[in-house]
Amino acid sequence: MIELRGVARRYGEEVALEPTDLAIARGQTTVLIGPSGCGKSTLLRTIIGLVAPDTGEVIFDGVRVDAASVRAVRRRTGYVIQDGGLFPHLSAADNVALMARHLGWDAPRRQARLDELAALVRLPRELLGRPPGALSGGQRQRVSLMRALMLDPEALLLDEPLGALDPMVRIELQDDLRAIFATLGKTVVMVTHDLAEAAFFADRVVLMRAGAIVQAGAVADLERAPADEFVTRFLRAQRRGFGGAA
Amino acid sequence: MLVLVLCAACGDGARVRIGSKKFTESVILAEAGTALVREAGLEVEHRRELGGTTILWNALVAGDIDAYPEYTGTIAAELLADAHLDADDDVAMRKALADRGIVMSSPLGFSDTYALGMREDEAARLGITRISQLRAHPELAYALSHEFLERKEGWPTLRERYGLDATPAGMDHELAYRGLVAGSAQVTDLYSTDAEIAVGHLRVLVDDLHHFPDYRAVWLWRADLAPAAAAQLERFAGRISVAEMIRANARARIDGEPEAAVAADLVARVLGVRVAAVSASRADRILTHTGEHLGMVAISMLLATLVAIPLGILAARRRRTGAVILALVGVIQTVPSLALLVFMIPLLGIGWVPAVVALFLYSLLPIVRNTAQGLTGIAPSLRESAEALGLTAWARLWRIELPLATPAIIAGMKTAAVINVGTATLGALIGAGGYGQSIMAGIRLSDRATILEGAVPAAVLALAVQGVFSLAERWLVPRGLRPARGARARVPAVDGAA
Ligand SMILES: Nc1ncnc2c1ncn2[C@@H]1O[C@H](COP(=O)(O)OP(=O)(O)OP(=O)(O)O)[C@@H](O)[C@H]1O
Ligand SMILES: [Mg+2]
Repeated sequence: MIELRGVARRYGEEVALEPTDLAIARGQTTVLIGPSGCGKSTLLRTIIGLVAPDTGEVIFDGVRVDAASVRAVRRRTGYVIQDGGLFPHLSAADNVALMARHLGWDAPRRQARLDELAALVRLPRELLGRPPGALSGGQRQRVSLMRALMLDPEALLLDEPLGALDPMVRIELQDDLRAIFATLGKTVVMVTHDLAEAAFFADRVVLMRAGAIVQAGAVADLERAPADEFVTRFLRAQRRGFGGAA
Repeated sequence: MLVLVLCAACGDGARVRIGSKKFTESVILAEAGTALVREAGLEVEHRRELGGTTILWNALVAGDIDAYPEYTGTIAAELLADAHLDADDDVAMRKALADRGIVMSSPLGFSDTYALGMREDEAARLGITRISQLRAHPELAYALSHEFLERKEGWPTLRERYGLDATPAGMDHELAYRGLVAGSAQVTDLYSTDAEIAVGHLRVLVDDLHHFPDYRAVWLWRADLAPAAAAQLERFAGRISVAEMIRANARARIDGEPEAAVAADLVARVLGVRVAAVSASRADRILTHTGEHLGMVAISMLLATLVAIPLGILAARRRRTGAVILALVGVIQTVPSLALLVFMIPLLGIGWVPAVVALFLYSLLPIVRNTAQGLTGIAPSLRESAEALGLTAWARLWRIELPLATPAIIAGMKTAAVINVGTATLGALIGAGGYGQSIMAGIRLSDRATILEGAVPAAVLALAVQGVFSLAERWLVPRGLRPARGARARVPAVDGAA
């Protein structure tokens, strides 16, 4: 579904992403994990052209992502970031329906889709009239997810979607998200800091370090056969910090 | 609408336009000339108090006015300075003027010569009667009119001729008198027909070295002025004595009579002709000035908004171009408003158009800057979200970025509009009318009521403009961005001050 071929990116002297190859299978949930600053967000952004690679190319469903194709690729993808990135000047409903309106959907069609999505993400419909500033963090993430799903995209890219939430809300949303992924069967690429969360969602975990992929596979594979010393240390550190979760 | 206003400003050829400088004698003479031309059945208009000599002369040459009262000394020393003419050589002067398409009338009778004056009691105490005696009193403070300080035959050469050693303060002619009365200055420049001389407050110092040329009053008119109008103006030839002129000045400045009435009376006394004194009621004047003022502010603001918002967007998009744009509109802001207005005259003439253009230029900076800051201040996560949706650059600008920047943009417009209302009072200096007309006339006549007639509505208008923009904020700023609820709005508040 998504393929990175030798994608690399630097900012001045700083290497954000070494030349990287990665294939992401359709319908799977892939989780990017690794220490802060290792290039997870950068990798995610290159997929929909928010960051242009210095070298290499991204293939999305057989199409090379470039200036000509990027808008179409973005419309076939839903993107959610840590604090939601909701536009404060629009109501929750208008945030969700923005792109549909831009594409000329009529009001009944938009409303029907809104109702459907509100039910899917379990957001009370009356909250949709509020501006994002008047919603809780968890509610905002549900609205963000609705916005990402509005055009029924084939892929979902989530950059630490639950990172800013308190543990109770986070666990609740983890359950809901996993249910939604299972229902919709979309291709999901998710970034997290938390191994337990990764294990909870992932068909496949991609562990990164300093701009490069160290090892990819199921969490159990990483534990059983760590590729190097770093993998072992990373897993151990995660176990201590978040012992017992999931 | 705009076209209509512009054409109202350019005027029609049939109507005679007589201009006056912004001092009482010039206003009375122009008013008298206007009345007499009207008496001959011609369409005529008095464009009052347009400013100083430069403005009137340029307006005459450019054809924005057809005639105005001038003085031979000024013509020789200022207007035709390059020709090095003698102020008494009428033949040479007429010829030089004719080369520029201008006709000089026969002298009206009186001379209004520059002079230095002191308060009578002060001069008597120090025993000063002649200018040369001032050299012995370097302790005296001089308050001189700006025009006198600048003019070639004024302070620069006077000080040399008499060897005076003083650092004069420049101020408005009419204000200098008050400084003298209040005792903050002891010497001022004055005109030999000044009203204050008549009531005996002032002593005119004798020009014992004969520095000042003769300033005989004349009309200047364009060679293409309707012959009937020229004939009417020529009727004043030799009829107005110094005594008549001082008397008229005193009635206007000291007794506070309307200039139209004073002028009608002058015409009756010197020519034996009864003319109607056309003078508007206070309410009419306020109404007219409000229309003129509002028009200037509204049109310049409209144009500025249309130009400044795109410039602000460009400045936000391209940092380097943006820096250049902001520097340019910033430089405009530093040009003193009066200088900018005077610059406009050779390019755009007098009246509405140059005033609106000047106000337009002044209004750019706050709007450009706030638009640019409002756009660059948008949180990166919001930009990224908008991009990730797959919106086109235009749609992002229109649906996301500009709405997020509206609070800043409106704050910029509000600042521009309030500055604009204040600056528009200067429009009166170049014939654009507005509240400044009353303020200037009031200062000139030392008439508080007339000053307030302009100052109070100007203040009220400034408040009203603030009110309108506060309402606009309520209407235009999206709910989620308003301070009360939009605690999460990430657009930084941009201050509006210039
Ligand atoms: N716009 C940018 N300009 C300069 N440097 C950048 C930029 N974006 C990322 N970087 C650098 O690239 C490297 C990778 O950043 P990236 O955001 O991809 O890391 P990350 O793995 O997502 O980290 P975190 O877990 O903290 O979100 C970092 O060293 C970062 O400082
Ligand atoms: Mg990141």
